[in-house]
Parts: sequence; C-alpha cells; structure tokens
Amino acid sequence: MISELFTVTVLIGILSSGIRLATPYLYAAIGETFSQRSGVLNLGVEGQMLLGAFAAFYVAMNTGSLWLGVLAAMIVGVAMGLAMAFATVNLHAEQGISGIGFYLFGLGMSDLLFQKMMGTVRTVDGFQKIAIPFLSKIPGIGEIFFNHNILVYGSYFLVLLAWFVLNKTTLGLKIRAVGENPDAADSLGVSVARVRYFAIIFGGMMSGLAGASLSIALLNVFQQNMTSGLGFIAVALVYFGAWRPGGVLVGALLFSMVNSLQLWIQVLGISIPSELAVMMPYVLTILVLIATVSKVIAPTALTKPFEREE
Amino acid sequence: MKKFTQIATFVVALALILSACGGAKPTEAPKPVATEAPAQPATEAPAAATEAPVVAEPFRVAVIMPSAKNDMAFSQSMYDALVAIQNEMGADKFEFVFSEGMFKVDDAAAAIRDYATQGYNLVIAHGSQYGSSLQEIAPDFPETSFAWGTTVDTFGLPNIYAYEAASEEGGYVNGVLAASLSKSKTIGIVAPIETGDAKLYVEGFKQGVAATDPAVKVNVNYIGSFSDVALAAEAANTHISNGADVLTGTAQMVVGAIGKAKDSNVLWFASDANQSSLAPEIVVVSQVYHWEIILKEMISKIQSGTLGGESFAINLKNNGEVMEYNPGYNLAPEVKALGDAAIQGIIDGTITITLP
Repeated sequence: MISELFTVTVLIGILSSGIRLATPYLYAAIGETFSQRSGVLNLGVEGQMLLGAFAAFYVAMNTGSLWLGVLAAMIVGVAMGLAMAFATVNLHAEQGISGIGFYLFGLGMSDLLFQKMMGTVRTVDGFQKIAIPFLSKIPGIGEIFFNHNILVYGSYFLVLLAWFVLNKTTLGLKIRAVGENPDAADSLGVSVARVRYFAIIFGGMMSGLAGASLSIALLNVFQQNMTSGLGFIAVALVYFGAWRPGGVLVGALLFSMVNSLQLWIQVLGISIPSELAVMMPYVLTILVLIATVSKVIAPTALTKPFEREE
Repeated sequence: MKKFTQIATFVVALALILSACGGAKPTEAPKPVATEAPAQPATEAPAAATEAPVVAEPFRVAVIMPSAKNDMAFSQSMYDALVAIQNEMGADKFEFVFSEGMFKVDDAAAAIRDYATQGYNLVIAHGSQYGSSLQEIAPDFPETSFAWGTTVDTFGLPNIYAYEAASEEGGYVNGVLAASLSKSKTIGIVAPIETGDAKLYVEGFKQGVAATDPAVKVNVNYIGSFSDVALAAEAANTHISNGADVLTGTAQMVVGAIGKAKDSNVLWFASDANQSSLAPEIVVVSQVYHWEIILKEMISKIQSGTLGGESFAINLKNNGEVMEYNPGYNLAPEVKALGDAAIQGIIDGTITITLP
C-alpha cells in the first residue's frame, strides 16, 4: 500500500496540488508580512478574505468578467485595510482586539450580503488553467509547475516581488525601519503613519485577492465562512516564515504539500485513521515552528502604536 | 487619547454587532406561496370571528442549524422541511424561527437556552455536535420539547426526541448507479468527519457499488471538516488525478468538490439536498432528505402531550428520503431501471445493508 505513494503519478499529483493549495495562503501571508514588517499585526485577514471572496464572486457572476471580480476583491480589501489602518494608526486601537473585530465584521458582513444578494449557493466559471508553452510539456515538471490558472502563477510572482520590494527598494527600507524603530525613522523624516497606512492597505488588498483566488479561481463557488480558518493560518505562516517572503513561501508550501499528501494517503486507501491524516499538516507546522522560532526575532515595534514624543 | 480609545472601542463594538446580525438572525417565517393569497381573507374573516373564543395558539418551532439555510445540503434540508410543514398547516397554526450558521457549539447552546426560555413548543438542534449541550439544557425546561439529530440517542430524557437519516439507503442507490456509469472503474467520495449520517452514507454507497460491480474501486477521503470548502475541492482534485470519473460526497462543504467535478466534467452523485442546480450537466441524482415526514409525527405527539423519549428515522420506505433525478442529465433508461430496482429492493427488504 505504502509503495503506491511513490509512483510518478502520485508524486506529481501531490506536488501540483500542493502548489495550488498554497495560493491563497501566499497572497494573504505576503500581505500580512508587509503589515507586520511595518509594525502592525492584522488579525482581520480572514474577514478581508471572506469579503474579497464574496465581492469577486458576485461581480464575476453578474458581469461575466473575472478580472472585474479580481478588481472588486482588491477594492474591498483596500477599503477594509483603510479602516484597519485608521483604527490602529490614528486611534491607536489595540491591534489584536481590533483585528478580531474586523474578522468578525467580514465574517458576518459577507454572510449577510450573500444571503441578501445571492440567496443560494451558485457556481461560476472561474479562471481556466493556462499551460505555459514549452515549459508545460516537460514531463512531470510541466504538470507540477506550469499548468495552473493565472492567480496561482500570480501568487508565486508576488513572493518574488515582495522579496524585491522589502529588501531592494527605499520603500522596503522604510517599511522595515518603521517596524523596527519608528522613533529613529521618524527623526529621519519618514512618516510612520503614511508607511503603516501603505503596508496595511497593501495587506488588505492581498487578502482580498486571496479571497478572489478561492472564489473565482480555485473553487468557483461562494459559501458562508468558506475560508474556515485559512486566514489565521496565513497569519501563523508569517511567524513561521520569520517575516520574510522566502520563509513564508517555504511555510506555505510545506503546509500545503503535507495537506495534499494526506489527501492522497486517504485516496489510495492506505490504512491510517482519517483523523490522524487530517492532523498531519498542523502537527508538522507546530514541530517546525518549535524547532526554528527561537532563532528569529519579530519586528521590534510589532503591535506597538507609534506616538511621537513632543 | 482617552477619546480615541473610546472611538476604537465603539468601532469594534459596531463590528461585533454587525457580525452578529449576519451570523445568527431569527428571521420571520417565510410567507406561504402566493397562490393561496387571493379570495381567502374574505371567506375566512367571518369564520375567524365565530371561532374567536377558542383561538388555538400556533405551534412554535425554533431551529439551530450549523450552516446557512441555503447551503444546498444539511441545513437547507431542515429549512425546506419547516417551510413545507408551514405551507401545509398554515402560517396561523405553525410558526418557526431559526438561527443559522451556528458552527460554534457555544453560541448554539446559548441560542437553544434562549429559545427554550421564550417558550417555543419544540426546539430543534440540527447537528450531532449539539448533543451534549442539549443534554445539559433540556432538564431545565421540562415543559419544552427538544429534538436533535442525526442520532438515535435521547439521553433517556423524557423531553428529547432524536432523529436520523438512513442515509445508507440513498447511498446504496447512488452506489448502484455510480458503479454502472463509471468507465474508469474508480469512484471517489469526499466526506466530512467519520461520524453520523456521513459515515452511514459512505457505507451504503460502498455496498451499492460492490453489489453492482465488484471491480469498481471506491476511495474515500474524510477531510476532517464540515466547512473547509477549499480542502473539499482539493480532495475532489485528488480523486480525479487518481483516475476517478464519478464522485460523490455528503455534508455542506461538498459545494467545493462539485465545482471541481464540473470543471473536470466528471459525474456527481448528491446527498442531503437537491444539488442539480449547482452543476446541471454532471449531477445525476440527489438523495434528498424530507424531515417533514418525521417532524409532523413529532408535532402530533407533542400536541397530545408526549414531549420526547423516542427516536425517529427518515428512509426510503417512509418517503423521508427521496431520490430526485436531475432532469438535465440524460440518464440511460436501463441504468435508471437498476436504480429503481435498488430503491424497490430496499423498501421491500430484499436488499439489506449491513452496517458496521
């Protein structure tokens, strides 16, 4: 039975579905990385994702345009980010608590809108797979990496972009400075408020996109509470990835690969109790976290509101 | 600074209130279908006037459901049943309210207690996860009748009814049809947690397949959640990559799997509610739960003074489970005949499903 797991078809299946499963985590966690690097913990990710998922689905269903759906999700994410930024930067709200508030708002609001505007579960024709010419023809590798829909590719491109922006640009430097030592950044003329606004809004936009990747690219349905905790795992992945895009990528892939491995284990009829199989990705994540977390340091100003000393 | 904190608190409070509105809202019972509306008020008015001294109190039911009332699955089956009863008994004799999306058991327990306090005749906790809450609450309200499912356990309490679905029966029929339609001889099941009617459904389905074509392989995937749509979809993907050309599943998260089945053009066999509208091209048949069959029995018992202590089941024989074919799917008549024979066999008792 176990030997069945090591056939080429199964390995390709595990890897390609792991790549797909990681997509929403990547969008949400990279967005959250920006927000946390600037010193703001946003626990509202899940709520932003739900509203984004609904907006994308609703707009795509009614206009027939998937790209308008993506745009709608990003706009909703920006609006949620703006509200979050106002609460944390201007009002100095306790970040953990207000984040939970925004999560509950997104959860309830997306459900309410769904009930009032759609009424029942429906399906939509989402983004189709795009096989990249030549590359997708490579045996094995092609199926694993180069035969996905556009939002899957986009999430990996985002990791690259995030790494570049955070490490190689002035904007990235400002974000990191504001998260590590806002007083010093302020004294050098960097507007802490403006940088944090940017980072939180960008985070919201990416969470909205994460929602869209679920509702119009990967699942093509909207259902109440469809993210079911995915946004919180994305927040955990930021810690897991030590606040670095590359680390987030490793974490998201590891979690997703183990998840797709457990799906295959069950499908192949390997006799492990289903409860144990389902636990695998979580247990592994915790173990890796324990093994690595002591070596990394969080942004110093994380969760601390900034107030200029007059 | 203090003012800011106050504003922030206000924002959070507002968010909480709004979310509460979305999550659980006792809504007015829906209006009966429009066709009965005209002419009746005129004839009814004098009758009501003469009956005035003995105004019968309407029978009031409150339901707690784990997901949305329109989830195309488990919760919707209960909602539809209550609407059916109301249309039959009339809105003046039967009222119901509901709290949907109660996936948090603590919230559900609070709602159950609330409804009991408000004096509803029957409080239904529609989900096996609510059992222990009910066991704790029911003794405090000896005048109120409670029901929960899917289970057979009334905890030996005189005011609790239990109900379940013999979902293995519809599962068996689905299995017979699925085995006949599978060309790749591989079938995948996307299931939630190994318990309750989901487990029964899977068991029945497997036996239906085995009885029809032992060469067909059935692979089961329990995803460990009733709500993780994304994982359900990826489970469906996994089955399809593994060569399955027919899929089935049970519980409310399967909408994710149906979406995948539709994309890959593999057949889907539905359970709980009629899911044909989600993917008219690929849904073959739906096992639909009609809880009204047993709810009506419960209501008449309550009205005659028995508040609980009994367990009910819907099945193919009592029409509590109905196999609804999707008219949009062109099912070959000889295959449909196999399905109909299986239904008849289960009703006659010539086909028996052995449960573990």
